[in-house]
Amino acid sequence: MSTMTIDKSGPTRKVKYGSMSRDRTWALRWSYFFLILFAIFSLTPPLYMLITSLKSSAEISAATNPWWVYHPTLSNYIELLTSNQFLRFFWNSAWVSIIVVTITMLISVPAAFALARMKFWGSATLATGVFLTYLIPDSLLFIPLFKMFAVFGDWTGIQLVNRWYVLLFIYPTLTVPFCTWIMIGYFASIPKELDEAAIIDGASWFQTLTRIFIPVALPGLIAATIFAFTVSWAQFLYPLVFTTSTDQLVLPVGIITTLIKGDVFNWGQIMTGALLGAAPPLIIYAFLMDYYIAGLTAGATKG
Amino acid sequence: MVDVAFQPNRTAAAQSGRRRVGLRNALRRKSMSAFLMTLPLILLIAILVIYPAIYSLHLATLNKAMTKFVGFGNFEFLFKRETFWLVVKQSCIFAISAVVFKALIGFIVAHFVHNVPANKQRKWRGMLLVPWVIPPAMSTLAWLWLFDPSYSAFNYTLSFFGIGPIPWTGDAMWARFSVILVNVWYGAPFFMIMYLAALKSVPEQLYEAAAIDGANWWQRIWYVTLPMMRNIIAITTLFSLIVTFANFDIVRILTAGGPLDHTHIFATWAFRVGIEGSDIPLGASVSLFMVPILAVAAIFILRDITKRGNES
Repeated sequence: MSTMTIDKSGPTRKVKYGSMSRDRTWALRWSYFFLILFAIFSLTPPLYMLITSLKSSAEISAATNPWWVYHPTLSNYIELLTSNQFLRFFWNSAWVSIIVVTITMLISVPAAFALARMKFWGSATLATGVFLTYLIPDSLLFIPLFKMFAVFGDWTGIQLVNRWYVLLFIYPTLTVPFCTWIMIGYFASIPKELDEAAIIDGASWFQTLTRIFIPVALPGLIAATIFAFTVSWAQFLYPLVFTTSTDQLVLPVGIITTLIKGDVFNWGQIMTGALLGAAPPLIIYAFLMDYYIAGLTAGATKG
Repeated sequence: MVDVAFQPNRTAAAQSGRRRVGLRNALRRKSMSAFLMTLPLILLIAILVIYPAIYSLHLATLNKAMTKFVGFGNFEFLFKRETFWLVVKQSCIFAISAVVFKALIGFIVAHFVHNVPANKQRKWRGMLLVPWVIPPAMSTLAWLWLFDPSYSAFNYTLSFFGIGPIPWTGDAMWARFSVILVNVWYGAPFFMIMYLAALKSVPEQLYEAAAIDGANWWQRIWYVTLPMMRNIIAITTLFSLIVTFANFDIVRILTAGGPLDHTHIFATWAFRVGIEGSDIPLGASVSLFMVPILAVAAIFILRDITKRGNES
């Protein structure tokens, strides 16, 4: 996967055939022109979030130029970041995502190792099955899952519905299949000689995994971790179905159900909340863009 | 059974007797430990994916109170409802047009990014991928605010060009356009990244050969780029078809199915009926209608992926 991130521009020959190089220059100019258009299209909503988040309610309802802030204020940020409710959403989201990432890695790394290296009865079928599971969307499973957990609560008395930790059981269904799938790809690309040498030297399978596979496939591991985190952070349908009390909500659902009260939209705060909710994935993306992209492209290109 | 997968030359490689014993122990435990390592995965998939999938088939055959078996009663009821056919139509319009536009825009933008000098590509790629990174629930809120009936920033801008206020989410046709637009905005970067990766894997020599043969840029795209990228285009499109068809966040937040159920797709209507209307069996029946299309797309993806696996 690392090849994706290496720029293969190739040696650019200085060909001066007149028309050819003029064509190139024009092609480049058009490219930049359209790229700027597309960049504006891509960045308008996030920038508009930022612009609105800096406005006071009075300025928003005064309907001045929506693209400009005349009296920038941080009051929306201060209000949200000192509100216990909002911080609660934030912590719920953070806890859910971090624990789900841990669970995902604990399940998918050993499984991927076993599926990539320790061929056993049915391992090929299982690998295909894992990939198929990844293609099953959340919107197909939320109703039976909801009913399942409700019935489970009735039978055992352990009430999981409307508790934030129910999400710890459900999110892995979204993250584990994909992470296992891309880790199989990364593990399969490690030369066989490496683990053969380790086995001959007397390493156990577990040692082979922790001492050789995990360090060598670290870029893949990071990509899988980022994927698991962003999926858990962004998930909207499951928390909307499973949690209703305001102290159990995660960030996306919390913002939508508490900041939108009937027909009254406090847009300054909604945009601030949305921007703060988008911040963790954006920060991770800003610092680990290459891993992020590697994980993105790995899903479909690994075979 | 244990020895089958392990190549026989491995044992020959281990010369000393002591080591062979260690190896044999490892081999003996291999199948068992492999099973233990995959057990959590198997349990997770069995309990939380396969069982609910089968359970939803069962749920779909119950009455609203879930006390009586009604067979295909829920489906018959759905077929008689006008809203259901509206949902089927809208789901298909939504998924197909969104995927087509995402693929087209992604393809075009990938070419433009590929055109600029290599050292600047990273910056552009970084900017253009932002829509994909923001959680869709959050970015859809920004779109909702951009589409606001009374304070729409788009309408403010368009008013300078003499274009009257557009009811972005109020009118059925415009609302359909809006949900597709937001979906394209969110999904096109994924196509762009995939196609860019594919473009970089096309050998430069092919283009040189085509240029020598006098191919113009259109012929280069049609006869060199597209055939080389065919597999990635197929997989990405099918994959996106699944995700778009099963989309929930964007429609739910932007229009919640309105106006008058004209933008409901399967996922949002299943939520409306099953969770909000607390008719779980009917909701399960609605979401089951996604299965045929998802299954067809999944089969094609799987075929492509195994084909790639065999080639390499």
